[in-house]
Amino acid sequence: MSTAELVNHRPGRKWALSVVAILASIVVFIIPFVFMLLTAVKDRQQAADLDFSWPHQFQFVQNFVDVVKARDYMLVIAFINSTILTVVSVAGMVVLAAMAGFVLQRRASKWNGFINFLVLSGLIIPPAVVPTIWVLQKLGLFRTMPGLIMIEIAFGLSFCILLFRAFVSTIPRELDEAAIIDGAGPLRLFFGVIFPLLRSVIITVVVVQSVNVFNDFVNPLYFLPGDKNATVQLTLYNFSGQFSTQYNLLFMDILLITIPPLIMFLFFNRQIVAGLTSGAIKG
Amino acid sequence: MRSVAVSISQEHSKTATVAKTGSKVYRPYSFWFYLPTAVIYAVLFLIPTFASFYYSLTRWSLFESKFIGLDNFKLFFQEPALVKGFTNTLVFAVVTSGSKVVLGLLLAVLLTSQIIGRGYLRSVVFFPVLVSTVGVGLLFQVMMNPERGIINGALGVIGVDGPGWLTDPKWALLSIALVDVWKGVGLATLIYIAGIVSIPREYMEAARVDGAGAWESFRRIVLPLCKPATVTVIILSLIGGLRSFELIWAMTRGGPGFTSDVISSVIYKQYQAGFYGLSTAGNVILFVVVTAIVLPLNWFLNRKEVDM
Repeated sequence: MSTAELVNHRPGRKWALSVVAILASIVVFIIPFVFMLLTAVKDRQQAADLDFSWPHQFQFVQNFVDVVKARDYMLVIAFINSTILTVVSVAGMVVLAAMAGFVLQRRASKWNGFINFLVLSGLIIPPAVVPTIWVLQKLGLFRTMPGLIMIEIAFGLSFCILLFRAFVSTIPRELDEAAIIDGAGPLRLFFGVIFPLLRSVIITVVVVQSVNVFNDFVNPLYFLPGDKNATVQLTLYNFSGQFSTQYNLLFMDILLITIPPLIMFLFFNRQIVAGLTSGAIKG
Repeated sequence: MRSVAVSISQEHSKTATVAKTGSKVYRPYSFWFYLPTAVIYAVLFLIPTFASFYYSLTRWSLFESKFIGLDNFKLFFQEPALVKGFTNTLVFAVVTSGSKVVLGLLLAVLLTSQIIGRGYLRSVVFFPVLVSTVGVGLLFQVMMNPERGIINGALGVIGVDGPGWLTDPKWALLSIALVDVWKGVGLATLIYIAGIVSIPREYMEAARVDGAGAWESFRRIVLPLCKPATVTVIILSLIGGLRSFELIWAMTRGGPGFTSDVISSVIYKQYQAGFYGLSTAGNVILFVVVTAIVLPLNWFLNRKEVDM
């Protein structure tokens, strides 16, 4: 078979394959989201049919208001809680992990092997739930927002340190030396010279971890129970009761909490991809 | 390249020894930078992990504990409901991780070829990764409704009698695994795409000139050179699969009965019931399972790479 035949052979096959792929993607990935959208704007009775149909009447505003008002504006409080949790814990992770990753990459010491081992354990070992609650209770942080923030930081640090350590290795040491000769101390060196250079990896860490923390369900469930402190993921149980499930409101809720990740995805797709694939090639 | 790195590190150690012998030691890379990280990590991760080994051997109420030896572990492997959770964890992790490897690789090959709508397809496959797991679980729980759900509705149209996805004990765990793959395959695809893109173009062109077909060049070039990506996908999805909780809790809460329970859901149920010692024993078992599977596998997969 000559190359010319291969090239000529391609267009027809390419078209067929593309059409099949696009149709399959619509069935598998688009329809569930369209179904969610349609159910979210239906009235309660029609939503209970659970079928894939055009709404008799569009109740977008009505359902939106109902969801927001449910259980004394629980969703509003939950959005505020989730925002605080996400912003503070991600900010904490970035600063702490950047400092640790910087020293870990720059300073060769006999402890490095042990520290790397700890970082990897943080990625692999499942956290022990009840003992963590026990520690939090001793510290007076159980059922408090600061406690949950510390938990998210502790569990997210490993991933961030790996990214920062890899990125710091691309910054030339000469830069540090120049700053040191100019009389910068360790803090000035890091926050004045190195930290600003980490900008691109900081964006990656912020985007990836804020989606993670915002979507986290397990940690708030264990460490911050109670309606008053609910985060957005916990509000999803509001509308699925044992006897009467209000599917239109449930799906409106899912729709609303999908919007923040969607915005992240639209604006920061490249950074998310960079963060999630880094290290994939090196293994 | 390598020798440069070695010489730099030698030089570095030389300056370090000079600094040590000097009277005033100046260290730009201060160990203090580890301190806040170390404190949070030690208090909230290391201490609970070590404490779990002790408390898994006790009957525990958070305030007082009574040492009962290995009773919790014996109970864990005698009670059928708990044993089921153990085997389900392994089945779930193997099924989801295997499917993600196969589907992720196929999708990545497709999405790196000259296909129309490539950007759209990549986005649409990846987006579910970012959506709330509980949201996805509840969405599919509704779609998988045996009588009225749209999945069985669609299957009915083409004449297939769909199973009771989440209500049939035989299917419940596999249905959840299916949704987990739906949600997670985008990440596997992404990692494989990064692997495939890093393969030099010349290899494929050379193979084509030598008369290799699509299958040949996939088998002889793409597959071996994607090995690091495969290792990453296997390890990541095994860790995720073994620890999986949110999707299972959102879709079936371990039901019907306890047929779709996994270790993490058992941990939560025992915690809710107030059996803290038993719950912690579940945590220790999960710890042992994860490390006993992931560490040897990681060692094995990376070792073979050196041989090549």
